[in-house]
Amino acid sequence: MDETLFFTDAPTLGGPALEHKHRLERDPSARSDCMAYLPDMERIDSPVRDQVLAQAASYDCARYTAADVAAALARERCTVEDLKALLSPAAEPFLEQMARRARRETQRHFGNTVYLFTPLYLANYCENYCVYCGFHRYNGIRRKKLTAAEMEREMEVIASSGMEEILLLTGESRSMSSVEYIGQACALARRYFRNVGLEIYPANTEEYRYLHECGADYVTVFQETYDPAGYEKLHLQGRKRVFPYRFDAQERALRGGMRGVAFSALLGLGDFRTDALATALHVQMLQRKYPHGEMSLSCPRLRPTRHNAPAAQGVSERELLQVLCAYRIFLPYAGITVSSRERAAFRDGAAGLVATKLSAGVSTGVGDHEEKYHAGSCDGACGAGDEQFEISDGRSLREIYDALTAKGLQPVLNDALYV
Amino acid sequence: MKDTFTLGGREFSSRFILGSGKYSMDLIRAAVESGGAEIVTLAVRRANTRPGESILDHIPAGVTLLPNTSGARNGEEAVRIARLARELGCGDLIKVEVIHDSKYLLPDNYETVRATEQLAREGFTVLPYMHPDLNAARDLVSAGAAAVMPLGAPIGSNRGLAAREFLQILIDEIDLPVIVDAGIGRPSQACEAMELGAAAVMVNTAVATAGDVPAMAAAFRLAVEGGRRAYLAGPGRVLDKGAAASDPLTGFLGGGGEEHVHG
Repeated sequence: MDETLFFTDAPTLGGPALEHKHRLERDPSARSDCMAYLPDMERIDSPVRDQVLAQAASYDCARYTAADVAAALARERCTVEDLKALLSPAAEPFLEQMARRARRETQRHFGNTVYLFTPLYLANYCENYCVYCGFHRYNGIRRKKLTAAEMEREMEVIASSGMEEILLLTGESRSMSSVEYIGQACALARRYFRNVGLEIYPANTEEYRYLHECGADYVTVFQETYDPAGYEKLHLQGRKRVFPYRFDAQERALRGGMRGVAFSALLGLGDFRTDALATALHVQMLQRKYPHGEMSLSCPRLRPTRHNAPAAQGVSERELLQVLCAYRIFLPYAGITVSSRERAAFRDGAAGLVATKLSAGVSTGVGDHEEKYHAGSCDGACGAGDEQFEISDGRSLREIYDALTAKGLQPVLNDALYV
Repeated sequence: MKDTFTLGGREFSSRFILGSGKYSMDLIRAAVESGGAEIVTLAVRRANTRPGESILDHIPAGVTLLPNTSGARNGEEAVRIARLARELGCGDLIKVEVIHDSKYLLPDNYETVRATEQLAREGFTVLPYMHPDLNAARDLVSAGAAAVMPLGAPIGSNRGLAAREFLQILIDEIDLPVIVDAGIGRPSQACEAMELGAAAVMVNTAVATAGDVPAMAAAFRLAVEGGRRAYLAGPGRVLDKGAAASDPLTGFLGGGGEEHVHG
């Protein structure tokens, strides 16, 4: 990944901020040590990070042959070596066989059920400078943070569509989206939804415990890339720059009482095969350490934002499906979410084959569900915040529900109890 | 002669219990009907949802609902879910499932015993899902369980009676109905469980993921009935090696008189 392709300057940016941005981009010594925790960041003593990174660092995907792939598919229990083979270029001609195996595993563990949820962006303020992200601090986007009344209105609109699971998201700004602010959103969401997940900045165990008590039960944190050297070049400023604190977020969330955690690399930021390997191992090792925790994976590919379109290339649909099949074969018990970044036909094809969870009725902007759900009631001038990325599948809950049903799959809106 | 078994004072003649997870909901009714199931399990977490989305809406009337506590990670959570089931109007029958393992979904016997004790005290008819361990099964009996539901093999695995030897021990030693739950993937395996003397079998994945759901449910019904009849008939012995000589090998010893010798 050539990170410089992402470097664009918003026209509104000038003065010392622009200078600082340029210095961060050009001069590595202007950046902090991405492996050093900030003073308020909780450290947990976990060997998982070193184990995952060691496996990733030694992965040579060119070493695997068709014979390795065939052997992996013939074996009933997929080993780490098998996973490495399935993620390698040698497995590309085996995609159909991988899909058959993946489908069998998905059926065995999930039958023909597919869970549906919708994300709700609470705020898009962000203090990080992650060069590829639409929300980063130097981007000249419309910023917004929902008030309690606005949140409730959005939740009402979403709940009225029949949705029972919601994923609350914020940009990474502890000052604009405090833990208390997010807690308030969780408590509100519990009144409208059966299941509340969070995709927010990594937090300490006690903060996760507080958010769990407010009603949240799932925590999603994407590591983006598991290559620390690449990570350093892409996350130039802000708390997200601290690689190990982010890596341990799922452990802290589980210790804080969350029922489940979700993982992902943003495929295409680093070498996608290595990042997929590291993600799968991260899940596997945490499942062994916290056997009660529910584990799930996402598989975002880099998507164009307002500013990064030329750089957002890299992982084809075929390669993405290979990764998903490898995930499913190695982690048959894990939930797999395919987001609306992918086009409708891909998501429909992945559902029941590898995917067990789809988002529906998605808006990645802040405060625009009402606009979206009641077309024509607002022309974009009603103060919504800009989107994080562009989506490819804009179908409503009803449309996705019907598409799944037509395929003989059973959409499920709720399979969780908050206890 | 009527051949029934009893759970919490209720009598059932069908020994085929159907799980309701992993289905397209519109197939549940057909499966129940062709399988002749009188008891259908349901996850409280899938019932606790909006009308139209609840599995409850798809289970035919007259069928006994057996709510389960899936999602409970310890005994305390199982107790809370059981109470919620009662509030939802599912009655006093409860299948206790305590699972502290997201990979194999194996039941936690210790926590299951704790939950069973508490729920039996609260007047529930408790059917605990368990790993087939004799000591735990005895503890469940003492805790007030109405039956025990040992797994045949890991759930969803369709491996049949991987735990056969231990199931047989439970069937031989436990006076409550032993219902084999989890792992049964084919009608022949259900039949085998019934031949061993199980009071009933519970099947979900094998029916839910079949090519023709109602036909598979019907096949299970026949297999369960066949296995039960064989058990009642008292199967002939099966020898491991060789055949049993129909003429006694010790015949030459004679019965007292030397002249009384077989040819």
